[in-house]
Amino acid sequence: MNSAKKKPLPFPLFALVIGLLLVGISFFSVQAQNPTPSDNEVNKVAKELYCPVCENISLDVCPTQACAQWRALIREKLAAGWSEEQIKDYFVAQYGDRVLSTPPTRGLNWLVYILPPLIFLGGVYLVYRVLRSMKNKNSDMVSPLPAEPDQTDPYFSQLEAELEQHRKHGE
Amino acid sequence: MVSNFGFGALVITLVVSIYGIFAAVYGARKNSLAWVESARKAMLLTFPLISLVALSIIFLLVNGDYQVQYVYNVTSSTMPMYLKVTALWGGQAGSLIFWSWLLASFASAVTLRKWQRDREFLPWVIVVSLVTLVFFVGMSIFIENPFVRFWQTAGGSEAVAMFQPTGATPLVPFDGRGLNPLLRHPGMVIHPPMLYLGFVSFVIPFAFAIAALITGRTDDRWIRVTRRWALVAWLFLSLGLVLGSRWAYDVLGWGGYWAWDPVEIAAFMPWLSGTAFLHSVMIQEKRGLFKRWNMILIILTYSLVIFGTFLTRSGVLSSVHAFSQSAIGPLFFGYIGVTFAISLALLLQRWNALRSEGEMHSLLSREALFLLNNLLFMGILVVCFWGVLFPLISELFTGQKVTVGPPFYERSTGPLFAGLLLLMGVAPLSAWGHSTVKTLGKAMWKPFVVSLAIPILAYVLGVRHFAALLAFWLCAFVALITLYEYYRGVAARMRRSEENVFIALWNLASRNRRRYGGYIIHIGVVLMALGIIGIELFQTETQGTIPPGGQMALGDYTITFDKLDIFDTADGRNVARAVVSVERDGKYLGQLYPRRDYYYDSQQPMTIPGVRSTMEDDLYVLLVDWEPISSTGVTFKIYHNPLVNWLWFGGFVFIFGTLVASWPDKDPETVRVRSAKRKLSPSEVQSAD
Repeated sequence: MNSAKKKPLPFPLFALVIGLLLVGISFFSVQAQNPTPSDNEVNKVAKELYCPVCENISLDVCPTQACAQWRALIREKLAAGWSEEQIKDYFVAQYGDRVLSTPPTRGLNWLVYILPPLIFLGGVYLVYRVLRSMKNKNSDMVSPLPAEPDQTDPYFSQLEAELEQHRKHGE
Repeated sequence: MVSNFGFGALVITLVVSIYGIFAAVYGARKNSLAWVESARKAMLLTFPLISLVALSIIFLLVNGDYQVQYVYNVTSSTMPMYLKVTALWGGQAGSLIFWSWLLASFASAVTLRKWQRDREFLPWVIVVSLVTLVFFVGMSIFIENPFVRFWQTAGGSEAVAMFQPTGATPLVPFDGRGLNPLLRHPGMVIHPPMLYLGFVSFVIPFAFAIAALITGRTDDRWIRVTRRWALVAWLFLSLGLVLGSRWAYDVLGWGGYWAWDPVEIAAFMPWLSGTAFLHSVMIQEKRGLFKRWNMILIILTYSLVIFGTFLTRSGVLSSVHAFSQSAIGPLFFGYIGVTFAISLALLLQRWNALRSEGEMHSLLSREALFLLNNLLFMGILVVCFWGVLFPLISELFTGQKVTVGPPFYERSTGPLFAGLLLLMGVAPLSAWGHSTVKTLGKAMWKPFVVSLAIPILAYVLGVRHFAALLAFWLCAFVALITLYEYYRGVAARMRRSEENVFIALWNLASRNRRRYGGYIIHIGVVLMALGIIGIELFQTETQGTIPPGGQMALGDYTITFDKLDIFDTADGRNVARAVVSVERDGKYLGQLYPRRDYYYDSQQPMTIPGVRSTMEDDLYVLLVDWEPISSTGVTFKIYHNPLVNWLWFGGFVFIFGTLVASWPDKDPETVRVRSAKRKLSPSEVQSAD
């Protein structure tokens, strides 16, 4: 919608646009005839939104009075036939991006999604380099380690016997 | 009186600690045993001193001396005695003292060990411990003094000061504000000390690492000495995290156990780097590789411990303004920055001495797989760190606040956690030094084929969620391989020495407790993963308003609202308590009592769920709202959380495994002797495992 712009539309204009859209939608939508949306329908939307005043609590579980009012608002909007997206956009216009559970992908926010994978790829490359350099150094050498011993019983009894021996010698 | 006494003890602690630092540095430089011994005595003295400080605070809390601001903020007369005592860690000022107290006790305990084999570490271990202590004690004296009091100035206004301003009279409030209701829970009483014990124990391995860097004794000694400390730290940190999750599930009333809140992540980050460290040091011990990396990991863990301490209590990361207004934020960041920089500088100075002794022989060897494990843990750490920090950065540069919520963390860490599970299955089968696709495949194909039965079974039973099927397969795979490892070991022992199953198991595990304790931990993780898959992927919920006698259904369950009682309690709460009957497929199962407690003193409500818990699923009922006068309509929210109990059960197994791995040896030096043989005969590399 208008998410690419820095400034949201002035509210009256925004409301008018939404209103006109709704008139159009409600002509065709059966949902709009539902007079009172159920708690579950309200929660479904509220789950996607974060409380504008409390830290890190989604709107469907926030116990404060303010959040109860916001849920009532969602109910009103749903009753008026608004879609989930429209309600979310409305909340963003009113309270800013922080009501969304993750930052919208634009501007500086790209960093939050790009940086961790980049660093991780850097790590992958580093590990690759370390493994390669160690292998190369070693490739023309005879391995000082014996090949993988046969992992059957004789190996294990040998292992146990050796450990026992070292313990005795060690003490 | 007691305030002044406590404050005096605090100041003396600071003086003694600063003396100890100088004595230790001087003693180390001049090679003077007398000075080092004096520093050690100073270190030992800090413990009784800081104990006096802590006991003074507890005395004030128990006696309800509300003139003291801290006491006023965290207690009230209606609180039970055990909460008054534990209010020591109920607020920031007290928490800092508690932290210092634990650190002084741990550092003192370390200085009492036998130092014959590593005498040169002693002064530097003291220095690192005391520098950390000075930071926390200094913070307590100058910024977050727990002993400041209320005064009425001559002009009639209120003042908060340590000492009586001239002409002022003591101002004693009638009652305190009381502890934050969220913290009045038995889980909250033990959860913070567990986390703090974990945090503080990690200071010890760090101190030895720095001592190794400064003295240039860059062999494995520091790792061998502190291995148990690191495990103990990890044990407490894990315990703290599990208890915290359980507390959130029981008290916060939103149907979950983990919300990716910055405070939770703050405690999780040192756990991540610590877990990477625990695995990575094994490579150094067995193969002499990655010495630099281990140093980096322990330095990182120390910084994250300090960062976590700061974040869990201050809340200043919630906004740029909170950060810039508090003196504590910049100080903590400054301290973390300076210690991190110094540690790295020391590391660079020894960079060449820390060259790997051995070499990597195979990309499928156990050390290579451990390296991948480290990569994944670091990946999760980066996601967490960036997620916590980003809102602050965004606000700083654009003025716009954003929320980095659970979907971000879940999406980015989910595949990494899955990768860790996979490694957990493969790595135990690979050998140190050398493994090939052939040897690994040979060891793996049987458990692999059998493990496929689980997702197939789940599919037949109706599970169509791809991620769930994959996760179930991973769990089955890891569990099978781990049990198979036990089976192979036990079977070999039984055949060789004709022991019975239990004795064979006992002997096997006690022979290499780190290895077999580690496997128990892996089983614990798998069980916890089951619980997490259950609640994350299969949780359902519904909400509705019903009159008395009315019913609500969720899945196979039906609840009937029987009645609602509203009453006051003696400890200052107004309680609204609903009684609901639970039925499943028409069969009566019992009653639940979801309630809403309203605390008068702090004016906060708390939603306590009514939970019916089985190994199969939890029915979690919340009282959301009610009509106060008529009581005709009560709103309930019901969650169905499949398998979530496995999370807690797995937690127990996990902790048990850590105990097995970290329980003190009769003679810790056997390990050293055993590993010393590594250099003599290469075959020992495998047998010593």
